[in-house]
Amino acid sequence: MSTPFYVSPQQAMADRAEYARKGIARGRSVVVLTYDDGILFVAENTSRALHKVSEIYDQIAFAAVGRYNEFENLRIGGVRYADLRGYSYDRADVTARGLANVYAQTLGTIFSSVGEKPYEVELIVAEVGATTADDQIYRLTPDGSVVDEKNAVVVGGNADSIGNYLGEKHRAGLTLAGALKLAVDGLARDPNGGSPRTMTPDQLEVAVLDRTRFQQRKFKRILGGQLGRLLSGDDSAAAEEPDASE
Amino acid sequence: MEANTGGTGRLPAAFLTPGSSSFYDFLGQHSPELLPGGRKLPEGLTIEAPHGTTIVAAVFGGGVVIAGDRRATMGNVIAQRDIEKVFPADEYSAVGIAGTAGLAVEMVRLFQLELEHYEKIEGAVLSLEGKANRLTTMIRGNLGMAMQGLAVVPMFAGYDLRLGRGRIFTYDVTGGRSEERGFAATGSGSVFARGSLKKLYRADLTADQAATVVVQALYDAADDDSATGGPDMARKIFPIVSLITEDGFRRLTDDEVSTIAHSITDGRLEHPNGPQAPLL
Repeated sequence: MSTPFYVSPQQAMADRAEYARKGIARGRSVVVLTYDDGILFVAENTSRALHKVSEIYDQIAFAAVGRYNEFENLRIGGVRYADLRGYSYDRADVTARGLANVYAQTLGTIFSSVGEKPYEVELIVAEVGATTADDQIYRLTPDGSVVDEKNAVVVGGNADSIGNYLGEKHRAGLTLAGALKLAVDGLARDPNGGSPRTMTPDQLEVAVLDRTRFQQRKFKRILGGQLGRLLSGDDSAAAEEPDASE
Repeated sequence: MEANTGGTGRLPAAFLTPGSSSFYDFLGQHSPELLPGGRKLPEGLTIEAPHGTTIVAAVFGGGVVIAGDRRATMGNVIAQRDIEKVFPADEYSAVGIAGTAGLAVEMVRLFQLELEHYEKIEGAVLSLEGKANRLTTMIRGNLGMAMQGLAVVPMFAGYDLRLGRGRIFTYDVTGGRSEERGFAATGSGSVFARGSLKKLYRADLTADQAATVVVQALYDAADDDSATGGPDMARKIFPIVSLITEDGFRRLTDDEVSTIAHSITDGRLEHPNGPQAPLL
């Protein structure tokens, strides 16, 4: 019988973090940023059916990068958590902070349990408030850390380079079209300094948490014609209410 | 197990297990005590609880209208004068409830959540038939309570986006579902409301006319059924009237219903039995 090699806890955790980070870095990015009427989610995603951005509850949405089956599992868990909590107490008692905590515990437990491989996902949980100051954005890493983000945040491949760009350019009081342009410019940048790519509407998955919606559920996907008009800089497209079907 | 929803621990395995897109099923597996039908009453016991009464609905060219009076009764006492019995189920459907008010309102909450949950998990909306069938399941879950006098008898109305028209479904206490043609009524005043609708209803009604017809029917139900409330002019409590069309669910404002109610009561001052249908 051979003696197992000794691996220090530091080394084991570093290896796991490295493993998860590499998995995430292979995927394309998701950008989340605030604008004057809410929070905008832009993902580079050619699929119409497999979403990276989804509704969780009235004013809470979810964005993720990494392994699809893993974050889809977490998304469904989050919807179940939110719906059960809202049903047991009240809809107002479902908060992004509570959901972020549950995700953090879940990811953290998986990360440090020897029998399981760490999840290769990075999540964003965002909640739109009554004013810009009340908006909350939480970023969750595979080891279960929670980071309270402001203004703009990027997860996925090239997150650092896109994040720096958005950090410089993001301003308070952006319109929806302005915020979308900024997000798409960020996603289209070449991290090696080459010329930016051209992004078409079918490469993008776009959604908002819009505090001005009269419905209780503030999440809305921006699709087809409306997305095209917004990308071409037509701000009046922001005001229209499309049909509720997704 | 349910304590985990209040704390901040790791999500229980049930939350992360792939499975049904139904919240009702999830609740049944994870926290069955939270289901409306999950509680057991002692055998042979009957309790008195407020009852909601009359719900009416009518299909018109662009959709369907569903309306309910505002009275809840407990025996011969008026328990509440402004109860709401018509609720949006989702963007394109509504549910009206007659029967034990407390259970019915809880069932509506769960039904709304069931539709929303499916929509979020699947990224698609259930068909109108699918929604109607989910309601059947939930009424069946309440059968034990119904047999002890706590029955819930809902009516479901919605706009079928695939067929492009309004549809109405009624239920009995066992969950038996039937689709109604044109118009329907349920609850204690339904006999009188149905008679009224039968005489006033026509297939070519506009939305405004359909709204008037259902309020007329509620007036007739209140006229003959003591458990159904008519428009309360003094307190300004009017029936709840909701329209569901291609554009989605819309509850008429109090002002709109007030206008309809006033024109009807004014008419009834001249003709107490309301509009007359031709003999032949």
